[in-house]
This record gives sequence, C-alpha cells and structure tokens, in this order.
Amino acid sequence: MQTDSGLALRQLVAFLLLLGVLAGAVLLARGARLEPADFTFNNGTEVQTLDPATVTGVPEGRVIRAIFEGLVIKDPRTLEPLPGVAESWEISADGLTYTFHLRPDARWSNGDRVTADDFLYSYERFLSPATGAEYAYQLWYVRGARAYSTDIDDHGDPIHDFSSVGIQAPDESTLVIELEAPTPFFLDLMAFYPLFPVNRRGIEEAKQRFPQTWTTEWLKPENIVTNGPYRIAFRRVNDRIRLVKNELYWDRDNVAFDTIDITAIEKDSTMLNFYLTGEANFIDRLTSNVVPQMMPREDFNPVPYLGVYFYRVNTQKPPFDDPRVRRALWLTIPRQTICEKIKKMGEVPASSLVPPLPGYEGARARPGDADEARSLLAQAGYGPGGKPLPTIEIHYNTSEAHRDIAEVIAEAWAQELGVNAKLLNQEWKVYLDTQTNLEFDVSRSAWIGDYADPNTFLDMFVTGGGNNKTGWSNAEYDRLIHEASRELDREKRARILHDAEAILMEEMPILPIYFYVTQNVVDPRLGGFYENVQDEHFPKFWYWMDDEELAAKRAAYPDDGRHEWVTSHGPHEGKYSPAQLRRRGARQ
Amino acid sequence: MIRFLLRRLLWFVITLFVVMSVSFVLMRSVKGGPFDNERVLDEVIQRNIEARYNLDWPLWKQFLQYVGPINLDDDGARWFVRDEEGFHLAKGLHWFQDGKLLVQDPGVDAFTGVLAGDFGPSFRYKDWTVNEIIAQSLPISALLGMVAMMWALSLGISAGIASALRPGSKLDLSMRLAATAGIALPNFVIASFLIILFVFLIPLFPVAGWGTLRHMILPGFCLGLVFAAYIARLTRTGMLEVLSQDYIRTAHAKGLAPRTVIMRHALRGGILPVISYLGPATAGILTGSLVIESIFFIPGTGSHFVNSATNRDYTLSMGVTILYTVLVYTLNTLVDLAYTFLDPRIDLESK
Repeated sequence: MQTDSGLALRQLVAFLLLLGVLAGAVLLARGARLEPADFTFNNGTEVQTLDPATVTGVPEGRVIRAIFEGLVIKDPRTLEPLPGVAESWEISADGLTYTFHLRPDARWSNGDRVTADDFLYSYERFLSPATGAEYAYQLWYVRGARAYSTDIDDHGDPIHDFSSVGIQAPDESTLVIELEAPTPFFLDLMAFYPLFPVNRRGIEEAKQRFPQTWTTEWLKPENIVTNGPYRIAFRRVNDRIRLVKNELYWDRDNVAFDTIDITAIEKDSTMLNFYLTGEANFIDRLTSNVVPQMMPREDFNPVPYLGVYFYRVNTQKPPFDDPRVRRALWLTIPRQTICEKIKKMGEVPASSLVPPLPGYEGARARPGDADEARSLLAQAGYGPGGKPLPTIEIHYNTSEAHRDIAEVIAEAWAQELGVNAKLLNQEWKVYLDTQTNLEFDVSRSAWIGDYADPNTFLDMFVTGGGNNKTGWSNAEYDRLIHEASRELDREKRARILHDAEAILMEEMPILPIYFYVTQNVVDPRLGGFYENVQDEHFPKFWYWMDDEELAAKRAAYPDDGRHEWVTSHGPHEGKYSPAQLRRRGARQ
Repeated sequence: MIRFLLRRLLWFVITLFVVMSVSFVLMRSVKGGPFDNERVLDEVIQRNIEARYNLDWPLWKQFLQYVGPINLDDDGARWFVRDEEGFHLAKGLHWFQDGKLLVQDPGVDAFTGVLAGDFGPSFRYKDWTVNEIIAQSLPISALLGMVAMMWALSLGISAGIASALRPGSKLDLSMRLAATAGIALPNFVIASFLIILFVFLIPLFPVAGWGTLRHMILPGFCLGLVFAAYIARLTRTGMLEVLSQDYIRTAHAKGLAPRTVIMRHALRGGILPVISYLGPATAGILTGSLVIESIFFIPGTGSHFVNSATNRDYTLSMGVTILYTVLVYTLNTLVDLAYTFLDPRIDLESK
C-alpha cells in the first residue's frame, strides 16, 4: 500500500475530514439548542447543589430562592418578612412559640399541596446527622433540635426521637415551632434558603426508582419537585441552569419572566464581556480596575453590604498577645487609602466589626494616630529602647486584590512602626487550614452576615468558637453574647451586643479594615430589583420595564454625574406579569 | 503488530495503576479537605459529612473502595453472612436463579469503584456523579479539541510548506516570525486580542459561551494556534530535508509539474515529524484547554482538571486524571500505529 503516491496527503485530508465528521456528529448528538431566555444572570460559579438542606453559598441561595419557597419570603426592597407558603403567623407573648398558617393553594410542581407535614419531613431531614447539613445549626434555636442532631449512637444515628424536637403539625395547614429562647431574628431565619422545604414524595419515589443513586437522582431536572416561582428545565455543569415559570405556583400571577438562565462564569473579565454584549443582564461582581469606567454608569450602583474585611491576629503568639501591640497595628493600617486607592467602589473604612445596621449602634474603636501607636508599642516594651519587634507575616489566600491590600499595610507598618512585614500567600484550602490551626501572625479574613443582625458577626469570637481562629478569649464577652441570645427586648439586646463589641474593639483580636459594598451591574431596564444590605435578590419580583417606564425611571435620577445612560438589552415593550398587565390596562 | 499491542496493553495497566495510586496519595496528603470551608462547622456536623463520603475510613480502605470492584460499604454488598445457620452467601445474593444470572438485591450494589466503571459522586458538585460530569463535558472538550486540531493542522502545514519552498525569502521569514510569536505568546493574550478585534470592534462572533459553530471558531483558533506554530516548524524542517533528497531531483528531472512533486512526492516524507507530533499535540490540546475554557466560558473537561484539585474534589480530580491517562495513552499508541503505515522503514516489533 505504501507504493501509492500521495498517500500522506490523502491520509492527512482524510484525517481532517474524519475530524470534521466527528465534530459534526458530536454537534448533532447534543440535540436542540436552547432558545434565548427572557433574562440571564451570572451566578459567579457553579452551584454545589440544589438541595436546600445542604447548601451554604450565596450563588446556591440565588437558585434556591427561585425554585423553592419557605414559610416566609422577604420584601425585595426592605427585606421585611412577607407571607410565603405561610399566609399568616402568630408569635406568642414570650417569643417562644411561632404558629404558621399555611396557604391552601401552595402547590408542589408535582401537583401536591404543600402541607405542614412537608415541613416536618424537611426539618427532620435537615437536622438529621445523616444528611450532613452544614447549616443545621441555624435551626438549633428550636427546642431539642441541637440534641437531636448532635447526640448520636455508634452508627451515627440520632439517639433522640424527632418528636423531642419542638416542631409540630397539629393539622395539614398549621405548623407550630417552639424555641429554646426568644430569637428576635427567627422570622428572618425562616426566610433563609436552607430552611426551605423539600417534597417527601419526590424523594421517596426517587429512592424506589433509583435505589443506588437516588441521592443525586432526586435533584435531576426531570425528578426534582419544587414549590417556588420557577422550576428547573435544564442543567449543565459549569454552563447554565435554565429556569421556567412554575405554572402551579400560587402567586404565578405576579411572576413576569417565562424563562431565566443562570450562568456559571467564574472569570471576571468574561462575565463583564458577557454583560456588555447583552448575553447576561445582571452580573454580581467587578474587578477594581474597571471601576473608574463603571462608576458613572446608571447600571452600577454600589450600596453598603453586610460584610466586613478584617485581619485576624494570632493572640496566642507574642508579641501579638499584647492588646497594645494589636491596637498599634490597627492604628497604622491606612484604611482610608485602601478604600479610596485600591477598592474604589465607595467602601467605608471600618473601625468596628459589625457593619452599619438599622436598629444597632456599633461600638467603634477609639480613633488614634501613628504617634499613639508608637507610644503603645513603647509601653508594651517594643521599639527603640525595648525589644525589637519580630518580622510580621501577613497571611492571605492567593489573589491579587488581597495582595495589593497586604502590600499597602506592610509598607505602612514598616514606615510608621519600623516593623518588618512580609507577605505569605497560600492557596485557598491550605490558607483555611493555616488559619484554623493558628499557624499565622496576621491573617486576612472577611465575614458576610447570614442575616441582618449583629449576632451573626459577634458570636464568632466567643471562646473556643469554631470561627474564632484568633485564640482570643474573654469571659465577659462570652457572658454578654449569651445574655443577648436570651434577651427579648430589641433595644436592650442591641445595647448588650454593643457592650460586647466594645470589648472586642478594646482588645482587638481582629483589625477591622473596611465594610463591603455590593458590586452588581444590572441592566437599567430590569424592574423589581433593589440593591440592599444583604445583596439578596428575588427573581419572583423581576420584570422588564417598557420604554415609557424606563424613561420615567431615568427622569427621576438625581443630577450627580453618576447616572450616565447605557444601552439596555431588554425588550422595548417590556415584559410584565399578568397582574401587572391588568393593572396597567386598567390605568389606561 | 499483535505483540506490540499486547505489550502496550501491559504497560497501560501498569501506568494506570501507578497514576491512580500516586494521585490518590498526593491528593490526600495535601493540606485541606473537600469540606473545609471559611465557616468552620460544628465538629459533629463535620463528622457527619465526612462519614457520608466514607472519609472516616482508613486510607487503605478508601483506596480499595475507590479502585473497586468490590463494594466495601456496610450498606453495600454483604457477600457472606454468618447467622444461626452458619456461614453462607448473603441473602438476596444469588448467582443463578431460574437459569438467569443475578448478582444482587436491588438497593445494594456489589460492584463499585473504578474497575466497575464507577468514579463515584463528585464531592463539590453534589448533585452529580463524576461519570455524569465527564459524560457532559468530554464531548464538548473533544469538539473544541477537534476544531483546534483542524486549525492547527491546516494553518501549520500550509505555512510550513510555503516556508520550505522559498527558504530565506521574506515569506519564509515572516512565517517563521509568526510561528515563534505563536509559541511565545500565551493563548490568553491572543484570546483577549481576538475578542477585542472580532467581538467588540468587528462584531462577528459571540464573546463567550457554547452551542453553535460560531461559538467554536475563536476558542478553537486560540487553542490551536500554538500547535499550528509547532506544526509549521516541523513541516518546514521535514520538507526542507526531503526536498534535498535525490528522488525529488529525479522527479523534477522527469519533468513532473512542481506542484505534483511537492504534493505527491515531497509532502509524504515531509510531514512525518508532524504525524509523530500529533500524539503530544492532542494531549496538549486536551489538558491545556483550561485557560481557553475559562475565558470563553466553555463547559468542558479542562477546567475540571485543575479546579477539582483546588477544590479538593477527590473523586472528580481522580476521575479526570484517569480519563486523561487513558486518552493520552490510547492516542499515543494510535500515532505509533499510524507511523508504520506512513513510513515502511519503521517496524514496531523489532524494538
């Protein structure tokens, strides 16, 4: 066969053709392409799971809130509780018993009614050790719940019966929950996505049909049973989740979009490109290098966000065991420069742990200057005339943004205090390990509140708390945090927490740097979207404004040079829910 | 030929086993686990989660379970049981019943692990098994790889021939310069440049995403370019060598058209180096697609290859590593086979 001339070329052409045919075959085998969705938003990463009981992250929350619904949902503007599956509720005078009345028209996507029994089943599953729910502790405010999830026998099964937990369903449409102690934020918790219900029948049917693989099978788009405004139509890892409107949802009349795509782009520049070309209508973050260009645009409106950026200090290790040294370090962190020159989105320099919250006055650390810092160091016996300060290692997880901040801080410490500081970056999981084992001097940290309450920040630093990671311990602080958890009166409770935070800011096991702002870039035509302190957004309320409404919105912009018009990629005629259309029809 | 293939198969088994054991041990000896989070969990909850994925087992048992094919899980197969009646095959485990082979009760699977074709559940993407993730992403990566390979071969070979025909000419110089640039420039730089040019300035292609042919042109080009550059160099060298051979002079002397001489006589020998490069090139395209996949938002396997390691997604990381081992090994064997067809001087048996 080698005698045939031109064989190589022909083989090459044949190879190329074969590649082409194979490519075509794969292309065809992938089946029909999805039609463009009414609305697309980027979720920043691939979700880890759709099982409400085991999710933890912000991206997962965005999907769960679209496909499931809890007893309570939140007002998209004020974040106040709104009726969800429960149409009303009562709270006993002692704040210990919550009675929820479920609406009769709440339906699962398989047609079943959403009953109190579904919640019993879901909470048993949520608390059960076998489920491995990371957020299970959020329900430990319920009587007996903590014991149920943590007292286990040798096989890992709970010792107590679930009936020992304070959750009862006297009838189909009533759910009674008894708490260990009055928990002022309990209603907010009920609107928190891990506490959304799952369908017993859906899971049990999957168990029967797929005895080996039901744990993943029940979550497949074709099997999952949901009760929210949307249901899942399609899913592909690292690509997208396609949501379609759930026609069985009780409030379907108020849902505007028929389809929503949720994409999983992780790369910042790619997601910005995706937004700028109109392929996505909402992205959730920006790199700081494009902020100057984005800042004047109408589609970028950062607002304070319930998060704080701070450095943890290893209080077990000299010289950091001395509060004076820690305060000296904090005083010389150029927080203003970091906010203005590096972050640039309007972040606020922090002098407390808890970000500004309505109804709570934070305890700020006393302001001071570099002179005070130097004299504090001298009092502690360091610096000129005393012991030399050892080199400080600033520990952070590998990322340019964190490096930039660490460099500025290292330089300031060298200049103001004459301390030698060097940077140490570690890959994420190693960084977590180092932090947990207290193998650092000073370590970059951040915390995003789970709910709008100072407790979600302050209870981190109780003695021995898993998230303490500073080795710091203060009996008075522990006592105050405990006392606050039992205090019913909102104002008194706020004062107790304020006192606790004051101790934290006096002792400074952590050095607060800045409070976060939201980074959403949103198509100007999107209605029903409100920037808020928890950066929580609710697809149920979203719609496209028509030209008229958009013009009205633009006319109301303040004249601050911050609302430059940009092209909207939404439809000129808008996209409204049936209820909105009726209201608009009636008006005309 | 058969002996060659058998020998390859034996080495394949050894390679696979070594890759599997080494990556298993490496993966587990790195600090941090799949369920470590910024939020430190209550110890009991952390233990529950680890127990769910058998991470509380001793390492050797986890490895055996992972490799398979026997399911060691208590909830899995119990092959033998001891009860009042003595020691016997587990209930519900019937090898033959009414003449039909039965293995197991529903609800328990006697066979799991890699040897049973089961890569286990992903630790990070908890709604999917590793098999499902690979089944979803591999066709996409393969398609992207094919487009890249088509770009690489067509650009590389034509540039190489053009260069070799007029060595030292301006054309040759510029081709070689382009090839060097193609090798030296990282593909994310080229990608950014092309995105600015063909998406924002001249809106020809979508900026990112996957689905239609238009989505594949830019990423395929960026991914294939560096390989095109190597192929151009290899073709040029190969062609120059062949063109100086006596039989080419003979062909010219016979009065054959220059075109015929080049395409029929010279090219056959000239692209041999390219053929031997196809194996490594395919491996490079497959494993190197991470950056392109991330820039162009393509849901392929390449991103799992790296991200699963940083996420400590033990099963997914192992699954993709094993998959790539199999693919690269198979492709290299195929290239060796192709070589014998192209060059009669090569004999695989007599190594």
